[in-house]
Amino acid sequence: MIDRADMMLPPSWYEASARRRLAALLDPGSFTEFLGPEARETSPHLGIFDLPVQFDDGIIVGKGRLDGSRVLVAAQEGRFMGGAFGEVHGAKLTGILRAARDNPALPVLILFDTGGVRLQEANAGEMAIAEIIRAAVEARLAGAKIIGLIGGRAGCYGGGGIVAACCSALAVTEQGRISVSGPEVIETNRGVEEFDSRDRPLVWRTMGGKHRYLLGSAAAFVEDTPAAFRAKAVELLAAAPGLSLDTLRAEQARLAERLRRFGHAKDAVDIWQALGINDAAALPGLETEDFLALAQKVRAGEVRR
Amino acid sequence: MESLSYRHTTPRAAAGAKSSAIIGVVASGNLEVLVERVLPPTSCEIDIRTSITGFGDVWQAVVGDFVTKASPGGLRLSINDGGARPDTVLLRLAQAVRLIEGAP
Repeated sequence: MIDRADMMLPPSWYEASARRRLAALLDPGSFTEFLGPEARETSPHLGIFDLPVQFDDGIIVGKGRLDGSRVLVAAQEGRFMGGAFGEVHGAKLTGILRAARDNPALPVLILFDTGGVRLQEANAGEMAIAEIIRAAVEARLAGAKIIGLIGGRAGCYGGGGIVAACCSALAVTEQGRISVSGPEVIETNRGVEEFDSRDRPLVWRTMGGKHRYLLGSAAAFVEDTPAAFRAKAVELLAAAPGLSLDTLRAEQARLAERLRRFGHAKDAVDIWQALGINDAAALPGLETEDFLALAQKVRAGEVRR
Repeated sequence: MESLSYRHTTPRAAAGAKSSAIIGVVASGNLEVLVERVLPPTSCEIDIRTSITGFGDVWQAVVGDFVTKASPGGLRLSINDGGARPDTVLLRLAQAVRLIEGAP
């Protein structure tokens, strides 16, 4: 017998489908989908490999309201082909970003959940990533804000990691991972001595949400619930920076300083120690509240040798 | 890839007025069902595209069971299958009808 209290537990973002995430993120009943599944805009490539298509090609795009304000949204379904970018999938995200470029008062929320480019349509997928990056930069130059929300089972990898880096701000959960080369890719190319993709703690402390937040790649660290993402998205939309030459110079300086301080570190734990965290090895086990208290001190520069 | 299509006559139309709904995802052992209210009230059509070939008999039995239980008149159900088992297929078909009949 399932206890009623268990059924009322907040749903996990990680476990939810892309459609459920969108429904829980936006104001109730406010979502309108563009090119929905009934349009049957499916991949023209997967059939060649005798693979089944999905009616929405693994991404849901549309408009809705967040806390009363109009927003554009795109949500990737990480369970369909690892949320990977194919030709149609990519074109749908490009379209949403171009809509924001043309109406920059409309911000874009991207619910990333992707392993990167779909290998079966590699060239089309890579071109889609290039188009998305251009559209994202154009939208931001026009004044639109782009917020990335990362906490899905596929993480945010490959071209998705690059697109995420083009956003105005990112919110990430502990389960969320952000990188370009994924664990298996590194292991295949560099050997298991370099990176053991089956070593889960290694994967999470190298690419996981806590590390990305500590290093400043993600602007916010949130609990694994739609309510937490919703509250943080509202906050980030108000606070996210615009895009200008000064923004880029500041980011370049931040990255150069990061490389100078941590470039020789062999493991994320070394970086946490260099940040002045005393019990660095215990960091992965910290609950959200304790972690945030510590991380905010680190980010404010209070914990520093 | 195999395409299967079944047509049935149903005793009554599906309830509700929603024009379409979707449930599920195309992943290993799973499937998606897109349901659309586009047919005459006592007709039902189920179109299946599956990567697992040679199971037409099982699909026919599962679809027959579903139509008898749900009487999904007026509905076209389109399936992209990633190799789901019959119980999963029945569950998703029932969920799809429940969604288009107005479940929140």
